Amino acid sequence: MSLSLADAQIPVVDPGAADGVLSLLWLVIALPLAGAVVLLLGGALARGAMDRWGHWLGTATVAGSFALSLAAFFALLGRDEADRQVGQSLWTWFEAGGLKVGMDLLYDPLNALFLLLITGVGTLIHVYSIGYMEHDPRRRRFFGYLNLFVAAMLVLVLSANFLGVFLGWEGVGLASYLLIGFWQHKPSAAAAAKKAFVINRVGDIGLSLAIALMFATFGSTDFSVISAASSEAGQGTLNAIGLLLLLGACGKSAQVPLQAWLLDAMEGPTPVSALIHAATMVTAGVYLVVRSNFIFELAPAAQTATVVVATVTLLWGAVLGCAKDDIKKALAGSTMSQIGYMMLAAGLGVAGYAFAIFHLLTHGFFKANMFLGAGSVMHGMDDDVDMRHYGGLRKYMPVTFLTFAMGYLAIIGFPLFSGFWSKDKIIETALAENLLVGLCALLGAGITGFYMTRLMLMTFFGEKRWEPGVHPHESPKVMTVPLVVLAALSVLGGVLLLGDWIVEFLAPVTGVAEHHEPPLPALVITTIVVAVVALGVAAAWFLVGRKEVPRTAPTEVSPVVRAARADLYGDQLNDVLVVRPGTSLARGLTTMDRVGVDGVVEGGAAALGGLSTVGRRLQNGFVRSYALSVVGGVLLVVLALLAVNLA
Amino acid sequence: MSLTPYIVLSAILFTIGAVGVLTRRNALVVFMCVELMLNACNLALVTFAKQHGNLDGQVAAFFVMVVAAAEVVVGLAIIMTIFRTRRSASVDDASLLKY
Amino acid sequence: MTAFWILSPVMVLAALGILFVRKAVHAALLLAVVMMSLSVLYLVLEAPFLFAVQVIVYTGAILMLFLFVVMLVGVDASDSSVETIRGQRLAATLVGLALGAVLVLAVGQVSLGAVTGMGAANADGNVEGIAALLFTRYVFAFEAIAALLITAALGAMVLAHRERLTPKQTQGEMAAQRMRDYAESGKHPGPLPAPGVYARHNAVDTPALLPDGSISELSVSRVMQARGVVRSAPALADDIDPIARQLGVPDQDPARAPETSGKSGAVTDTEEDRA
Repeated sequence: MSLSLADAQIPVVDPGAADGVLSLLWLVIALPLAGAVVLLLGGALARGAMDRWGHWLGTATVAGSFALSLAAFFALLGRDEADRQVGQSLWTWFEAGGLKVGMDLLYDPLNALFLLLITGVGTLIHVYSIGYMEHDPRRRRFFGYLNLFVAAMLVLVLSANFLGVFLGWEGVGLASYLLIGFWQHKPSAAAAAKKAFVINRVGDIGLSLAIALMFATFGSTDFSVISAASSEAGQGTLNAIGLLLLLGACGKSAQVPLQAWLLDAMEGPTPVSALIHAATMVTAGVYLVVRSNFIFELAPAAQTATVVVATVTLLWGAVLGCAKDDIKKALAGSTMSQIGYMMLAAGLGVAGYAFAIFHLLTHGFFKANMFLGAGSVMHGMDDDVDMRHYGGLRKYMPVTFLTFAMGYLAIIGFPLFSGFWSKDKIIETALAENLLVGLCALLGAGITGFYMTRLMLMTFFGEKRWEPGVHPHESPKVMTVPLVVLAALSVLGGVLLLGDWIVEFLAPVTGVAEHHEPPLPALVITTIVVAVVALGVAAAWFLVGRKEVPRTAPTEVSPVVRAARADLYGDQLNDVLVVRPGTSLARGLTTMDRVGVDGVVEGGAAALGGLSTVGRRLQNGFVRSYALSVVGGVLLVVLALLAVNLA
Repeated sequence: MSLTPYIVLSAILFTIGAVGVLTRRNALVVFMCVELMLNACNLALVTFAKQHGNLDGQVAAFFVMVVAAAEVVVGLAIIMTIFRTRRSASVDDASLLKY
Repeated sequence: MTAFWILSPVMVLAALGILFVRKAVHAALLLAVVMMSLSVLYLVLEAPFLFAVQVIVYTGAILMLFLFVVMLVGVDASDSSVETIRGQRLAATLVGLALGAVLVLAVGQVSLGAVTGMGAANADGNVEGIAALLFTRYVFAFEAIAALLITAALGAMVLAHRERLTPKQTQGEMAAQRMRDYAESGKHPGPLPAPGVYARHNAVDTPALLPDGSISELSVSRVMQARGVVRSAPALADDIDPIARQLGVPDQDPARAPETSGKSGAVTDTEEDRA
């Protein structure tokens, strides 16, 4: 695979001092963190007030963060392009030998966009959750966890060194675990939380090893130091760091081979799926790759691996999305696939970074929109998630239907909708870099068209297949307003690309790519993409829309469908490759410990004990026996003396 | 006139005392045999005092006698105590402190 | 050397005797023999002070202490000849023989050289010489040994002392107890019967006869019964006849003869009076 590397210009992270509104950057994190502390710890002090007002407090803190982010964003826009990197040193976190880690914040165009996404979408989802979780007795705790997540995610993106990123990384992992298992009385939810946590640990090992390797190589974990020195490190070291970072990104972003947890994570409340498992946390891997561009640009093997992983994942997720009847799992498969697109763009290097972030933003809008829409549908259908029990809902939930439709059109890449711009750019870049990868991305777009259309048709069109006693109704305003806002963003997200604005805006972080001529004119490629998507949509229409959808999933299906329903045997693969060998290894070690180590220890003790049993017979208690020994000793001593004297 | 016979006599008495300690079971007789051994040593000490013509050996023998007296006093008290509780003066009966 | 050659076989034999006699008293007496002989040897070896100490302290005090304890423990307590520890006697004999042989051979080989003699050392008198050494060079050892002796005396007191756990019974209580026993079990409240007193014999080892001519078991000590030294009253009575014949006393009609015990005929006609 030939990737352009030589012409890459890696910008050095060199933040200037923060002033004005930018010096309030810490408050962006502190607000939701304080909200989490108050909501989680304050409940014991003022349970009544907290239960009545807690959700508003949680929403207000995130909204405050959003306002600050917006102000900071405009302050950044007001600066010269040259000093759009702002640093803020809060305090020294710890100092140990040569390692000095500060609580440092970094604010540049990349995380400015992330801040807006996290706090903006976060605010909308908080508002939505007020309605969605209204009848849950533990709503206060839910908002505490959500605030904790937002704070951790902000730490992740705002930190100016890898250790800070790791802190946030673990923080979002914790929040994700708590929220997936929020309904822990369901064994499936508890198991899903555990699964997500464990698989994320595998990725975290990669990230922590990468950080350790970076410290060993560069003597620091600061972006500024590493980005300045990365070109001096050896190729092998950089590749190793890059691959380890990729492992971390795979875990957090549910990329193959650490993808198995994402579909199960849909056990959490739907706002959680929207915020954490669609819009923000799962994109942390993409952020990590883009942020570490100073590593990846110099590590071609790691970049190649990223592209391969991303391509496999985008097809894998798309296939899963086609087979799932659970509306949230279908969306989760689509999320996996879309993150695959982002990773693909990030793996393509300088040319792709900006588009990765662009797609990340638009995906954040439309996927959050669709997840919240799905939540709204579930809300109306008594928490039923099986699409085979839906049908014909467009008349009963008009707002949900319309907003969902905006998200649908965005994700399949309907012209002029946000997804159209972002996905088209990624496919274009991929085609320019490597034909095979580009074709895979194109195929993925077609499958996306198919499964999203299938989802739409099964949910909102066709005959009613409702469970008896279900009366679908539109959700309250507090839930539909965020849907409307997100739908609008899904439609209009494409404006960011006007005049290549986002590419130029991100240039101080991602660098400027030399323009590569795609194999075909851009317009032709766009047409091809739209045609492929139309094919997928048409296929869905012929296979799903025209026929009656059975209420129970047909069991006589092709092996492909069966495999897709079983998550392409991802769990079985893990089971065979990791779990069973691990169990066998543990069993073997236990046996070795019991037989070998314990045997030696116990055998030694038994041998000594046996010897003592024989030896203790010498201690017969008879004074005269002891005296005999003494006299015998005297005899020996006398003999020895004589022997010495006579010799 | 050599004093060697005295030393030999001392060795013989010492050995007899030692064998007595090893073979007799009556605690009193065992004690007597210990006394016999001490006396044998005293004989050697006094003999060497004469051999070398100074009184240090005799002083040492004197000390041995005092120590023997102390030992006998305590030892006999112990024997009495044991006899009082166990109705036996056999050293073999007091053999509980064992494996 | 004459004294040595006379005494040394005596000592060795006496010492060997300690090994083989079965009674502790005999062992103590044999030890006394050895010690007395030793004291004589001390005299020969020009150690008159030690001679005195050996006789007075060792033989006179320590050995007598042994004898006291022997009496307390029981004169008759003797070893049984069965060895309880397997192989002990054989091993002890072998080790003893080996040790003796080695020691005798070793010291026999050594040539001690000319004897200096105590002439110079004892010039001012043996006791004065020892005193001079004891109170100068060995004064600390002397003090220590004094402390040891006192400690030993205290230790012996502590060991021999028995703490009284209950208050001492008064005479009144004992009398009350006796009457209580009599009331409950019919145990005789008075003193035990005295031993028998005969015309020719008056001893604790002779049981008294009851009115029906049988023996009163209670009249002799249980210890003597256990040892089997109690005499038989009829046997004593048999002894009387030959003596009476010897003295020319005519045979008495048994019917007329006074009772062998009892106040009636006790004072009037005794053998002593007649003799």
